[in-house]
Amino acid sequence: MMKRLMNIFKKQSDLTTILLFAAGVLTMPIWLDPIGANYPDLLQKFVIFGIFAVGYNILFGLTGYLSFGHAVFLGVGSYTAVWSFKLFTMNVLPAMLFATLISGLIAAAIGFVSMRRSGIYFSILTLAFAQMFYNLAYSVLIPITNGETGLQLRMHDIRIIDNYFSDPVPGLPSTEFFGMSMNGYSGFYFCAVVLILAFYVAMKIFRSPFGLKLKAIKSNQHRMRYIGSDTRPYLITAFIISGMFAGLAGALLAVTDPLAGAERMQWTASGEVILMTILGGVGTLFGPLIGVGVIKYLENIFSAINDAVLHNFFSFMPLWAENLLVAITAPFVGEGWHLTLGILFMVIIIFLPGGLMEGFQKIKTRYLTKSMKDSESTTKQE
Amino acid sequence: MSKPVLKISNVNKSFGGLQALRDINLEIERGKVHAIIGPNGAGKSTLLNVLVGLLEPDSGSVTFNGGINVIGKSPHEINQMGLARVFQTPEIFPDLSLLENVMIPAFSKRDGAFHFQLFRSLASETKITQEAKEVLASVGMEAKADETAGSLSRGDKRRLELAMCLIQHPDLLLLDEPTAGMARHDTNKTIELLKQIKEGGMTKIIIEHDMHVVFSLADTISVLSQGAIIASGIPDEIRGNPIVQEAYLGGVEL
Ligand SMILES: Nc1ncnc2c1ncn2[C@@H]1O[C@H](COP(=O)(O)OP(=O)(O)OP(=O)(O)O)[C@@H](O)[C@H]1O
Ligand SMILES: [Mg+2]
Repeated sequence: MMKRLMNIFKKQSDLTTILLFAAGVLTMPIWLDPIGANYPDLLQKFVIFGIFAVGYNILFGLTGYLSFGHAVFLGVGSYTAVWSFKLFTMNVLPAMLFATLISGLIAAAIGFVSMRRSGIYFSILTLAFAQMFYNLAYSVLIPITNGETGLQLRMHDIRIIDNYFSDPVPGLPSTEFFGMSMNGYSGFYFCAVVLILAFYVAMKIFRSPFGLKLKAIKSNQHRMRYIGSDTRPYLITAFIISGMFAGLAGALLAVTDPLAGAERMQWTASGEVILMTILGGVGTLFGPLIGVGVIKYLENIFSAINDAVLHNFFSFMPLWAENLLVAITAPFVGEGWHLTLGILFMVIIIFLPGGLMEGFQKIKTRYLTKSMKDSESTTKQE
Repeated sequence: MSKPVLKISNVNKSFGGLQALRDINLEIERGKVHAIIGPNGAGKSTLLNVLVGLLEPDSGSVTFNGGINVIGKSPHEINQMGLARVFQTPEIFPDLSLLENVMIPAFSKRDGAFHFQLFRSLASETKITQEAKEVLASVGMEAKADETAGSLSRGDKRRLELAMCLIQHPDLLLLDEPTAGMARHDTNKTIELLKQIKEGGMTKIIIEHDMHVVFSLADTISVLSQGAIIASGIPDEIRGNPIVQEAYLGGVEL
């Protein structure tokens, strides 16, 4: 029985992988409940940043090119979506389409230039582009971005399509998908379905000759050229695809909260997705999602823990021990969650360079060989 | 005489003050194995670098397959014309499995320099998978198909690289010291392998220090010394040539 279960995880067909994945994502409200992460706002963040990370991994994981500027596409996606809400309709579908398309175009331009270089120079170029966009958002591009206030919905937005079909209702309208509200759990389920679709696309790319060629470029680009592949268009394509995933994620951020600000494009946001990918496992299908889970959990749950919560948690102990433990753990929670993240990150980089996925893999093989030995010894006894 | 596969005319290349290639002229006939020998630093690898587009010569021309110009083309374009190379230091995909290593050049050959098709499933590529397995078997590595290439011994890496080139069925195969760094036993295996491919009629240029290998494989031989070809001919002529004896073969028992 256990072996059959293990086999499922060993070599999954596309269908089993996506079904298992869909089941896992859609049941998040259930299995995240015990650890206090079952509230719509956080669930939405899990899946939206999941899309961001899954897309980022197509570039970084498959080709090894480390972009420091992918938050640009997150920002571009959000701005585009909000503009779609303002100009056309509150329906989220056009917003998502436009966002994906426009971030794809911008990714093509940035990728075309940045991919002239590799290694650290590529990273610096993407960083330079990102900072350029970030600063432009507060200056030249203010008509589009609305500067520091951020881009918001307004009462007098034209919304051509919506206003053509129905009279404007008083108050700010809210985002919808053919009548389905994008608030709360329905918003989460909508984003979850998008994540499942995005994951499916990523999985197909991972398991295609195209994906294999990207891995080959990462492994030895020189050999790839001398074996007849023009590596540049492959790299630019990977860059564009990951940019489009990021744009889609940015659109969903605006779908669940129709507001776009330039801080979304800051380099720290680009750094976060790198952290997520490395933490979970670069180049693995599931790793980046695990990274997203860990970081968003720390950011939202750990950061909310304060001394009172800690005292409550350790209250079963004698008072002196309770006080001691609270004093020890307090720096790692609340404002100090960055400290926890930093330590976790260092431990992983040093002991598990392949990320948490490598850890799971190690546990799995250890378990598998152990259970194999066990079954061997039982057959011998027989 | 049939049209040459490769025609090298008056090629010169210098690195700063060092003239690595001096006025090289060479024609390679279809179906023949041409060996290039010469002492260390003679310019043998440099010549191959010019042929595959790694280096551009200062002057001269190289034409391939009936007059197609090679100079100025990118490496992938030259490979797509039908020219594949085994490097002096093994160039493989160390992070991928042996099978994948051999499948990738087959994809490159089938798909061309760039092919945008995201959703084709690797699992459905049965033809190329099968072919890759056969080529791996032909170099005696089918048992290791799922191993990671980076963990192979140096000799095995070389054989793998050879397989990667063979699956492309190139019109011209360039081999830069294919047995260097191999144990005697492996060398013999590789020679056997090269002999078999020779019977298949693939045109080859082979650079080799091991005279045993050279004389057992080559149809024609050129001797390179200080960037210039000092002799060219069939093995018997080279063996008997006094200039060659002095410049290179001096101490070698033939
Ligand atoms: N890219 C380069 N830049 C500068 N000098 C070079 C370069 N490539 C080769 N050389 C020099 O050109 C000369 C010929 O080198 P090459 O590698 O062609 O020799 P070789 O005949 O292949 O020798 P070996 O048998 O050691 O492989 C050497 O002196 C080498 O140092
Ligand atoms: Mg050499």
